[in-house]
Amino acid sequence: MSETAVTGRVHSLQSLGTLDGPGVRFVVFMQGCPLRCGCCHNPDTWSPSAGTVYTPREIADKVVRYREYFKEDGGITISGGEPLLQPDFVREVFSLCHAEGINTCLDTSGCILSAASKAVLDVTDRVLLDIKYTTDALYRENVGCGIETPLAFLDYLSEKRIPVTLRQVIIPTHNDNAENILALREIAKQHPNVDKIELLPFRKICQVKYDKLSIPFRFGHLPEPTRESMLALENLLHENT
Amino acid sequence: MQHKNWNGFNGGAWQDEINVRDFIQTNYKAYEGDAKFLAGATERTKGMMKKLESLFMLERQYGGVLDIDTATVSSLTSYAPGYIDKENEIIVGMQTNRPLKRGVNPFGGMRMARQACEAYGYKLSTKVEEEFKFRTTHNDGVFRAYTDEMRAARKCHVITGLPDAYGRGRIIGDYRRVALYGVNKLIEEKKKDKARLAENAFNTDEIRLNEELYQQIAFLGYMKEMAAMYGFDISEPASNAREAIQWTYFAYLGAIKEQNGAAMSLGRTSTFFDIYIERDIANGTLTEEGAQELMDDFVMKLRIARHLRTPEYNELFGGDPMWITEAVGGMGEDGRTLVTKNSYRMLNTLYTLGSSPEPNLTVLWSTSLPENFKKFCAKVSADTDSIQYENDDVMRPIYGDDYAIACCVSAMKVGKQMQFFGARCNLAKLLLIAINGGYDTTSGMHIGPQMPVLTGDKLDYNTVMERYEIYLCWLCRLYVNTMNIIHYMHDKYAYEKTQMALHDTYVDRFMAFGIAGLSVVADSLSAIKFANVTPVKDENGFITDFVTTGDFPKFGNDDDRVDLIAKEMTHRVITELRKTPTYRKAIHTLSVLTITSNVMYGKHTGATPDGRKAAAPFAPGANPMHNREENGALASLNSVAKLDYDDCRDGISNTFSITPEALGRTADERIDNLVTILDGYFAKKAHHINVNVLNRETLMKAYEDPEAYPNLTIRVSGYAVNFHKLSREQQREVISRTFHESV
Repeated sequence: MSETAVTGRVHSLQSLGTLDGPGVRFVVFMQGCPLRCGCCHNPDTWSPSAGTVYTPREIADKVVRYREYFKEDGGITISGGEPLLQPDFVREVFSLCHAEGINTCLDTSGCILSAASKAVLDVTDRVLLDIKYTTDALYRENVGCGIETPLAFLDYLSEKRIPVTLRQVIIPTHNDNAENILALREIAKQHPNVDKIELLPFRKICQVKYDKLSIPFRFGHLPEPTRESMLALENLLHENT
Repeated sequence: MQHKNWNGFNGGAWQDEINVRDFIQTNYKAYEGDAKFLAGATERTKGMMKKLESLFMLERQYGGVLDIDTATVSSLTSYAPGYIDKENEIIVGMQTNRPLKRGVNPFGGMRMARQACEAYGYKLSTKVEEEFKFRTTHNDGVFRAYTDEMRAARKCHVITGLPDAYGRGRIIGDYRRVALYGVNKLIEEKKKDKARLAENAFNTDEIRLNEELYQQIAFLGYMKEMAAMYGFDISEPASNAREAIQWTYFAYLGAIKEQNGAAMSLGRTSTFFDIYIERDIANGTLTEEGAQELMDDFVMKLRIARHLRTPEYNELFGGDPMWITEAVGGMGEDGRTLVTKNSYRMLNTLYTLGSSPEPNLTVLWSTSLPENFKKFCAKVSADTDSIQYENDDVMRPIYGDDYAIACCVSAMKVGKQMQFFGARCNLAKLLLIAINGGYDTTSGMHIGPQMPVLTGDKLDYNTVMERYEIYLCWLCRLYVNTMNIIHYMHDKYAYEKTQMALHDTYVDRFMAFGIAGLSVVADSLSAIKFANVTPVKDENGFITDFVTTGDFPKFGNDDDRVDLIAKEMTHRVITELRKTPTYRKAIHTLSVLTITSNVMYGKHTGATPDGRKAAAPFAPGANPMHNREENGALASLNSVAKLDYDDCRDGISNTFSITPEALGRTADERIDNLVTILDGYFAKKAHHINVNVLNRETLMKAYEDPEAYPNLTIRVSGYAVNFHKLSREQQREVISRTFHESV
């Protein structure tokens, strides 16, 4: 395999990831994100110029040290920020991991569907796709892009038969309603490659990060969802139709 | 040989020689199923436990000691029988005549016994004082022989915790032998050994062994007398599961009546008992519920075992642990798992009786263990924070498949190997002494080779290492010689005859040395190597602080630049220790284990080049320093896994706290992921891990309101403690440790 001179800006590395993809995973958080979701819990990853510079080989060399923990399900997850802002780097990390027999997982908003991001998907074993909302209006109001690219991204994943976990942060008053859940189910139904849907409760522990950066936390005034409401939505999601 | 009480067992070499391993191998039934067969606590068990809980509460209210018999020296037959609830007890036997009442045991040292009584408002009786007036204790003997330099090293805390004033412990009798063979057979075999010894030329070694055998035989006799006081004749082999557990417990009870050793571990009994339980269940004389009751009652006895210690000792170790370590699980040399249904029952006591630090349940982990058992262990860990894991795949090739763990992490073949316990030396403090040319700034004492204080504005790595090497050589030689005196005197004045009677006559001995402050030293040397460390001198020209600028790799981030410094350090120490011969040709071993004394070691150590402030706690055992891990939990585990077990055969302790959320979203995911983490860590040849699955908030609440959390158990370093028994300082230290959280 030829190694290019590409480098990536990395926000941080987490050697034990159990929440971003199946099994135990080494998670690389990329620096930089084009979106400005009101619920974002990692505002420190927004700036594309911060972070630590790594070569793909440096990352892959780290990942192989954790091979013993991966078993059948685990592997590497590249998250962010938005990893597809640095597609060449991500693709090369994934290629190097594949050469080592390590499973690759991409955590993305699906908001960048370019030739370069399609090239990343060639070496991606699973995508965690953050569908922020199920309506274009809410997307435009709270995310900073429309819904059409993420949906097109999902269509493309279907076409490529890449397994997908759909994820959505449940934000009270925004999407904690039956209509949204049913719409999410409908999206999943139309894409046979979606084998899992995860509803993640909106959390505000990131307030400290916003304070540190002196950035207003746009959704800081919203409440966190209750356990009960999350449970009810989960039930609705998995109810037989 | 045949015995009617062995009917139904498969025969083998074990019938003709003392060979418990062979009995287990030819008779046990491996179990690969899940935990569904387990029974819960019966009404009887719950009633008994309720009585114990109220006794524990009373003990707490009396400041940690319920009662002391100050007039009787503890031994096998010196107290009338005691009971918790005679009518309802299935397994009987107390250390004294009442539960939680402590006996006095001055054989280790009179001063310790006297002070312990006084600290709890008692006075050691004149009777005991008189009895010991003309008697040499272990402590007396040691201090007669200590050199000035040994005293100084002890006084300035560069070597501490030495068993020179209390029982050394860390010896595991093969208590199962009493159940399998009965005491008569054991006496008969010892007599044969003694007769054979007489055929040799007699000199120091033979004379000593001959006297030891005399004592062993005598105490096997006392063990029978002790059991007879409770109405049992243990001369013959146990005839059923209840007797097997009872006989084994009597053997253990005899040991803890005779010795107040620091760690009095149980060994590896669960699978042994399973053979008897299976036989009874097949006979229709025992049910699953009954089997669990037997284990519950046995474990209750272990939970009330106590030794009388001084408050200082309790403060050092967080309560008054006895390290009643029971090794569970593991694999056999033939590839079958040693997990049986009774391995599950033993762990199940954490549910039937609630979580508890004792017995110190230690799972011998192998990546080949049945998946069902792995998951059950992970669930028990997540629910109770009461078990630790040690790497069977690393130990089995060395110790075979019938070894157990003494104290926290010390492996030994049951009944065939023993160790001379040796606490630890403070490597971080030694670094400061070396830099200061033989001056300890904390105690103000001159110690070791006297040289000029290191000069220059910036510490140079090679210069520091050269200097450190000189002091390591000095300390290691002194340490071995000090240990030789201690164990010579312990054998002479406080010999463990009951436990050694349950060993082969010819045993292998380990001499177990230890180090504290490994991560502090590794980070300090890394700082000197990769950053700028400027020494700060006091008015007398001694270096008392450091200004460190620039970044440097820190242990706990899977960074070889510093991790290999730590690894190399353990190699240097053991290599240096091996240069000085040991008493009784013991094999030198090394541990990286502090128990809770990391707080105390820190207290006696000045500021270090890694940025640690003077008197601040060390990380426990082999742990990276708190909150210096930047790449999450597995990176931290990988760093520790690099320490080589071949250099640290007495164990490498790592304590790991993780929040439930960081392990996964659902209970099932958490269990699966914990199993995966353990498999991965041990596949990397790591030796040990304590697992706590909890939130810092829980500990903070328990810190604020201890009464509300009387049973909160957490793993610390090689063992578990009741959180409320830790000193306030230790509690704060535990709260400040790294909790691996989700991001």
